[in-house]
Amino acid sequence: MQTFWTDPLRGEDFGRKVGLAEMLKGGVIMDVTNAEQAVIAQEAGAVAVMALERIPSDIRKSGGIARMSQPAMIRDIQKVVSIPVMAKVRIGHFVEAQILEALGVDFIDESEVLTPADNVNHVIKHPFKVPFVCGCRNLGEALRRISEGAAMIRTKGEAGSGDVVEAVRHMREVLGDIAQLTTLKDNRKALEARAIEMRAPVELVAWVANNGKLPVPNFAAGGIATPADAAMMMQLGAETVFVGSGIFASDDPGPRAKAIVDAVTFHDDPKKLLEVSMNLGEPMRGRAVNEMAEGEKMAGRGW
Amino acid sequence: MDSGARELPVGLLTLQGDYAKHEAAFRALGCATRGVRRPGELEGLRCLVIPGGESTTMTRLIDRVGLRGPLRDFAAQRPVMGTCAGLIMLAAGLADEAPEHGVRPLGLLDCTVRRNGYGTQVDSFDAAVEVDGLPGAGGPFPAVFIRAPRIVRTGPGVEVLARHGGEPVAVRQGHLLGLTFHPELTDDLRLHRAFLDLC
Repeated sequence: MQTFWTDPLRGEDFGRKVGLAEMLKGGVIMDVTNAEQAVIAQEAGAVAVMALERIPSDIRKSGGIARMSQPAMIRDIQKVVSIPVMAKVRIGHFVEAQILEALGVDFIDESEVLTPADNVNHVIKHPFKVPFVCGCRNLGEALRRISEGAAMIRTKGEAGSGDVVEAVRHMREVLGDIAQLTTLKDNRKALEARAIEMRAPVELVAWVANNGKLPVPNFAAGGIATPADAAMMMQLGAETVFVGSGIFASDDPGPRAKAIVDAVTFHDDPKKLLEVSMNLGEPMRGRAVNEMAEGEKMAGRGW
Repeated sequence: MDSGARELPVGLLTLQGDYAKHEAAFRALGCATRGVRRPGELEGLRCLVIPGGESTTMTRLIDRVGLRGPLRDFAAQRPVMGTCAGLIMLAAGLADEAPEHGVRPLGLLDCTVRRNGYGTQVDSFDAAVEVDGLPGAGGPFPAVFIRAPRIVRTGPGVEVLARHGGEPVAVRQGHLLGLTFHPELTDDLRLHRAFLDLC
């Protein structure tokens, strides 16, 4: 049986890249800015950490150009944890990606949270040994990233907002687009038209129409701040959640991190969700996305 | 094993990891499966699979939900297969492991493993390995190693079923089966079938 990711055209190592994404399912990936936070995240049960200099809510506040983190800071984090360490590159910045690969990070996030380095192109990800995750707002964006070699897709949401509304919108868009596509699976002409609309390869569009899912894991990110947010994304169909600012911009990072891990494992059990939501301190204050100016939003970055 | 057990569902530890891939493999073999996240859910299972995933996360969740004792009791009675992180959880001990990572194996399969034994994700690899006693023909098994552990010691009661580069990568002790790689990530069902033959 030829599955999408064993297609030899996509590189013999694409299966291993997607394989690591499979291992991270049913878990929480946490943003950390130093070794001490990385230890807290691992202790709480994170399946991976995202090493970055400033959490997205602080990037919002401080402005300026947000770039790949200092390699020495990422290395300090690699030294203290045994779970996978991810790090971010600017959209299109293939040299930042080369540097992170040389550093031996386990996953690269080509992320809209950083200031884009290319206004037209994303990184061509297939030639790298290290797998990539990319954000999306809809199915077309997801398929364009997968065709470039992304081994994991996540919603963009609105990073650093603490507001889950955009992550919900993006997950529903992707799953709705997939459901709609499955109704066209025997109509080659319609699939070709959708492929043109979505600027995505027709064989990838046809694969999704036939299988009713993305060919790589589909995770949620952007604005998740509470155990209930995390469980909601899982119930909507996310296979793992990223929590960025939501943990270390809150009053009680350790207990909150642990509660979010438990909420993902027991996302379909309201009694358990009640139990883990008890006695947490204040969540991050956040900013409502609906009150942001368009220019403040990060989700629009990416092509 | 009693023949009645063959009618029971295959259990999958669904706390975290790639359990859905194992579920698909067993479904392709015509077996029902059931997820296990709580001690009571181990009742009435034919066998159990501890999937790939993160052993740090699995350790914490096993202890938070009180599954450590029940899993050990289950493994004394029924077959258990662990793949990658699942093998780490089955192992007797860990080599060169910093205690602050907090990984605590269940101590069931008499071998010592080194986590992330080959390096980080850029060191992950595929290899064709010869596995003893695989059902049917089909040649070497297409093994996928992802941030894989290495087995650095096996006890006298442990049978080595496959080696890569001279080191054990598939081991069996009675009805316990441990693999450092991921048969669930391929379409080759022979190892899943071999495990069912133990039950």
